[in-house]
Amino acid sequence: MRGFAASLAALSLVLAGCVPGSGSSGQRPAERPAGEVRTDPATMGEVTLTVWDQEVRGGQEKQITALNDAFQRKFPNIRIKRVARSFDDLRSTVKLGLTGADAPDVVQVNNGKQDMGSFVKAGLLQPLDGYATAHKWTERMPDSVLRLAKYPDSGAVLGEGKLYGVAQTGELVGLYYNKEKLAKLGIQAPRTWEEFDAALATAKRAGELPIQFGNLEKSSGTYLFSLAMHRYGKAEEETRLATGRDGVTWNTDANKQAARLVLSWADNGYFPQGFAGIKGDDSWAAFARGEGVFHVSGTWLSADLQAAMGDKAGFQLPPGQTVTGGTGLPFAVSGRSKNPDAAAAYIDFITNSAAMKVLADNGNLPATEADKQAVSGLNKDVFAAWQTASRSAQMVPYLDYATVTAYDVVTGATEQLLAKQLSVEQFLTVLQDDLDKNRGGR
Amino acid sequence: MAAAEPRRVGYLYILPAFLVYGLFLLFPLLHSGWISLFSWDGLTLGTFVGLDNYAALAADVGFLSAFGHVAVLLVFFAVLPVSIGLVLATALSRTRIRGMAFFRTALFLPQVVAMVVVAIAWQRIFAPDGALNDLLRFVGLDGLVTAWLGDSGTALIAVGLVGTWVQTGLAVVLFLGGIGKISTELFDAVRLDGGGVAREFRTVVLPALRAEIGVALTLTVIAALRTFDLVYVMTPQGGPGGSTTVPSYEIYHRAFHSGQVGSAAAIGITLTALAFLITFGITKVTGRDR
Repeated sequence: MRGFAASLAALSLVLAGCVPGSGSSGQRPAERPAGEVRTDPATMGEVTLTVWDQEVRGGQEKQITALNDAFQRKFPNIRIKRVARSFDDLRSTVKLGLTGADAPDVVQVNNGKQDMGSFVKAGLLQPLDGYATAHKWTERMPDSVLRLAKYPDSGAVLGEGKLYGVAQTGELVGLYYNKEKLAKLGIQAPRTWEEFDAALATAKRAGELPIQFGNLEKSSGTYLFSLAMHRYGKAEEETRLATGRDGVTWNTDANKQAARLVLSWADNGYFPQGFAGIKGDDSWAAFARGEGVFHVSGTWLSADLQAAMGDKAGFQLPPGQTVTGGTGLPFAVSGRSKNPDAAAAYIDFITNSAAMKVLADNGNLPATEADKQAVSGLNKDVFAAWQTASRSAQMVPYLDYATVTAYDVVTGATEQLLAKQLSVEQFLTVLQDDLDKNRGGR
Repeated sequence: MAAAEPRRVGYLYILPAFLVYGLFLLFPLLHSGWISLFSWDGLTLGTFVGLDNYAALAADVGFLSAFGHVAVLLVFFAVLPVSIGLVLATALSRTRIRGMAFFRTALFLPQVVAMVVVAIAWQRIFAPDGALNDLLRFVGLDGLVTAWLGDSGTALIAVGLVGTWVQTGLAVVLFLGGIGKISTELFDAVRLDGGGVAREFRTVVLPALRAEIGVALTLTVIAALRTFDLVYVMTPQGGPGGSTTVPSYEIYHRAFHSGQVGSAAAIGITLTALAFLITFGITKVTGRDR
């Protein structure tokens, strides 16, 4: 048997050639000092840049196409080879892309530990601090935005270490509300948590659905739990928890209260029946049709909701102003790019002041200068909320950054909490175990 | 004409097919087997761990429950369709039906439609305000109304039922073809002996369909074992409480998301071995006189 296994192994060795991963065990790319960076693409000669992005939905596709065209017109010596993939497809293929011999120059990388963190650890991305100085990104972008693309060499903690990407857009998970319904119920958009409680109860009594919610994909449940966390927690502490810093714990009174609050919403019948089986897309479509007074979701819905609801839709930060937020997928430079200067100049071009206007004109929430854009209706609410949140200390990252498995664990545990499969204590224990396991593992 | 030894040159004829087979099947299979011997995150250099990945699977809760779920799916994807198919095919063959070709096509249609389309259509049917719950309310069974795909008690069964719907058509069409080949004299003989439908089924149809049953079981069992698209689309993230994870989903998740490529390959090899064993068993039992 041993002989057989050995010969099989030997055969595979011949076939496979090498130890998996040996193709990628190259040098960690060196940092480029700001003084050496060339910033003018016109002086870079004939260059082809391969760009992998996931800007494929409606307004996203429009903005990136417009910006690429503008870049090509201005710098005809640089040829952009765009590879567009959906978010899921990009996430599944980017690993192979970055380790392959034909790696893209610029690629959109998800901020999480399992993506950007592990790529940094493997030395696959170019540190961009020198470029940030040369292109003045540090002046243009608030730290709350830039830090969501920072990792130390170990890839262990989001928000520390070197800069690895720049995002075009911002994202907030806030409170959408139906203005028509609020007016009919005789209430204002809630400014305090007590007003929010009262609004939910009033809506329920009047036979309206207080919160539109569908959790089949399990992500929306986490938005609700985060919202509840903002009520009882402190932004700074929540940020430490969300990014898995040393010494943080899930088992706090604030988190218990938050979990109980979400459960009470379910028990009071504030959610639609069978919310666990409703798709996220179906739930916002129902909200747009007028089913539900509030809907907790991200700013990525604002263009669609404005189109469907017109002036009836409003958006606000959670009462108390602490809010879950982040950026769109940052654009990063591959460590294997032969033209990192051109790649960084391209990133600069699609995130500069003019680009922000193109983004806003196509219905996207620009990462910076949101206050300078001419928008109306729902988008005005959204842009104003982002301008406030991104420059405050009260913007808390998503809960999926703490560990490589955090997204699955947090979304899964919240789903089970709402299904009464986990008690509040068990729920927090599951989250804590994930944190502990990953600490021990590293 | 001598029954000559197959000449060496004969191998030359299979060479093109073998090359393709080797390049696209054998090589990836062996490569997977090789990767399964490593602890590898898909990015950095892997470390050789021998059979540790396989040993770890034996105690891996996620892996074991995935195989438990696929065992349930085997009933819905293979046992039920073949049983229903036998009954339906026998019934259809006994009566002259106008537009038989139409019904045969209609029954087979689920096989032709892309699984993702099937999954999205059924997702709508199983939705809390979907057709199934509407029907239950209409006939007064309000107590059964539930979020089929959002409840850890019903999600796997809901996915399984779609499998039954898809695979039954295949079984019926296969069995109808088989029954068509049976000589009518055999049916006449049973009737002369005073035998009824049940006896006709047992003594004529069932033995004659042995080969078709073997084919149907092989195809449906493999479909059950490799189920991915249905669960992936209908119940995202492994379903409520992880109640619909299947081995293929575990492979996808470990290889592309959680950075356990070695473990993913080990599951893949285990699944391949299992599929091989089961289909080998089915052929042994049903394929004797082929």
